[in-house]
Amino acid sequence: MITRRQGALAAVAAACMMVLGAGAQAQEFVPALVFDMGGKFDKSFNEAAYSGAQKFKKDSGVDYREFEVTNETQREQALRNMARRGATVVVAIGFAHATPLQVVAKEFPNVKFTIIDGVVDLPNVQSVLFKEQEGSYLVGMLAALTSKTGKVGFVGGMDIPLIRAFACGYRQGVVAVNPKAEVFENMTGTTPAAWNDPTKGGELARSQFDRGADIVYAAAGATGLGVLQAAKDLGKLSIGVDSNQNHLHPGSVLTSMVKGVDVAVYNAFKDAKAGTWKGGIQNLGLAEKAVGWALDDNNRKLVSAENEKKVNDAMADIVSGKVKVVDYRAGNSCPAK
Amino acid sequence: MARSSDDVPAWVDLALLPLVNLLAAFAIAAVVIAILGENPFKALWVLFYGALGYGEAIGFTLYYATNFIFTGLAVAVAFHAGLFNIGGEGQAYLGGLGCGLVGLALGGWPPAIVLPLAVLAAMLFGAAWAFIPGYLQAKRGSHIVITTIMFNFIAAALMTYLLVNVFIKPGQQSPESREFDPSSWMPFVHEVAARVGITIARSPLNMSVVVALVASVGVWVFLWRTRWGYALRVVGHNETAAVYGGIAPVRVVIGAMALSGALAGLVGVNAIMGDQHRLILNFTGGYGFVGIAVALMGRNHPVGICLAALLFGALYQGGAELSFDLPRLTKEVVVVIQGLIILFCGAFEGLFRPRLLALFRRAPAPAPAKA
Repeated sequence: MITRRQGALAAVAAACMMVLGAGAQAQEFVPALVFDMGGKFDKSFNEAAYSGAQKFKKDSGVDYREFEVTNETQREQALRNMARRGATVVVAIGFAHATPLQVVAKEFPNVKFTIIDGVVDLPNVQSVLFKEQEGSYLVGMLAALTSKTGKVGFVGGMDIPLIRAFACGYRQGVVAVNPKAEVFENMTGTTPAAWNDPTKGGELARSQFDRGADIVYAAAGATGLGVLQAAKDLGKLSIGVDSNQNHLHPGSVLTSMVKGVDVAVYNAFKDAKAGTWKGGIQNLGLAEKAVGWALDDNNRKLVSAENEKKVNDAMADIVSGKVKVVDYRAGNSCPAK
Repeated sequence: MARSSDDVPAWVDLALLPLVNLLAAFAIAAVVIAILGENPFKALWVLFYGALGYGEAIGFTLYYATNFIFTGLAVAVAFHAGLFNIGGEGQAYLGGLGCGLVGLALGGWPPAIVLPLAVLAAMLFGAAWAFIPGYLQAKRGSHIVITTIMFNFIAAALMTYLLVNVFIKPGQQSPESREFDPSSWMPFVHEVAARVGITIARSPLNMSVVVALVASVGVWVFLWRTRWGYALRVVGHNETAAVYGGIAPVRVVIGAMALSGALAGLVGVNAIMGDQHRLILNFTGGYGFVGIAVALMGRNHPVGICLAALLFGALYQGGAELSFDLPRLTKEVVVVIQGLIILFCGAFEGLFRPRLLALFRRAPAPAPAKA
């Protein structure tokens, strides 16, 4: 029974595909974006990619295809589907796409792939990595400079090496300013739900405030919104992540560790359209202005001119190589405990 | 099953009623899609075509169905013993760990040894993970619903710890183990078919689907053709009667949970040995929870479970195609459609039942009596 139905479906489908296929034949520029689990409206990592793609759409007038992955098996399928259906450049968001992309990129050597936060060593793949530890170092410094109690907090999302790199950079920055400072570190959870649990994020922040911290850094996707809210409610300070979140609670968000995922997506699309897209590994840090700390009208009053100078001096030292910030992922260990 | 003994033809109860429920679910889904501004007929067509329209799609559908058969059987076995095992997710996770350890340790060994060992390890780990809540329920009276769902979180924490700290390759961003040696991969169906000269589209469908079918038959034989299965069902129906009949509910409860966990653990074989070939996080992707819906829809019978698993597999695969081709129908809309089907086939199951049964009961039966 199934086979008969399948046969009939296949016949009709084949006819449909021919019609559809004819339409898609025209050689045109088709950008595509595959989001990580968590979805495009996570107020953080995926949403940064989304806003980059939206900006490209607005600037160039070229629409893009997108897909939100909902289980592990779909990653390879989504990448292959994009390539097969005529995408010219496919941007994959998140390190988990590295292994499936290894397979798919070989199958479609003429399609350009960009992966954010992962490395695939193939000529038609552009791997974009961020030195999150450098930006986290700077906000760690600012936290230690601003803290009155000498105790600061960190709330991570899911306990994975990427987030440990945020935490480790933060610790190094704190210790560089105040070697005696205490850093409380909590991860929200061990499942992807940890990226979207503002309630638990708020509770973790509260417990850190109760233990004496007066500034908490959130690197936890949408969970961080709860951290920022808790700081606001208790009259303490918080540090946002990925996007500039200073405006969410003006006067309460000390700064944000900005990670230029939006810029990376925008550039991948723009370069591919202009024909200047190149494969290879990009390791983007402070020097490339791909990570950094946000200073605007919303947090101007929280940052003294003296502290601003110290942080900016440290930034220059990191760029020049005078100060080295250790990446947790290099050896799966952190020098600052 | 028991209810089909009403004086209506069996096909009405087993085929027509589910079909009517399904159509009602699709009708509501069509309204939702129309409200969102897409053509519902086009959307449903994309859903069907995306799930069953071409070789690769069928492969994906059957791959998902394989997972759902395992978790559906797991829920059903526990259910027949009067237990509500909602820990399939964690048991599947541990099952993946079990066969993953075999894959990592025995790379290069002949497949004839590695694959059976992997299947056994997956069952053993899944069973062990369900054994503990089973034991706590039987001996300590800790409610199985609470303990099994808590064990899902413990499983997630354990796997994250192992992958982030133990199995990860240093300097690698992604928390995943190295790839297993190809000799320990569960062969893909398209590869096996190619060996005998049949060309099938490439897909993650692997020989675990055969394991799933064998497990289905096994569960049927066990539940309805063995003394153990009989004891299990008696405990499920009436524990007091079981004690009166000389059955020890403690052993049955623990045994049923272990078997249930072993079945859920087999998801690991399909996902880890069959598809990913390395240990990763979150490969269970909610299969354990969908298994509850599959078992409910399949009336806790292996045949029904296989059919329901096929339906949910088609929804998973077709749903992905749907949000791929019609971006306005996001992944959340796909979940809504799946939810409607569960609602109509599970919770609203009685909605059309009385009327439909009355329709068929009246027609043939009384006629000769009056004549």
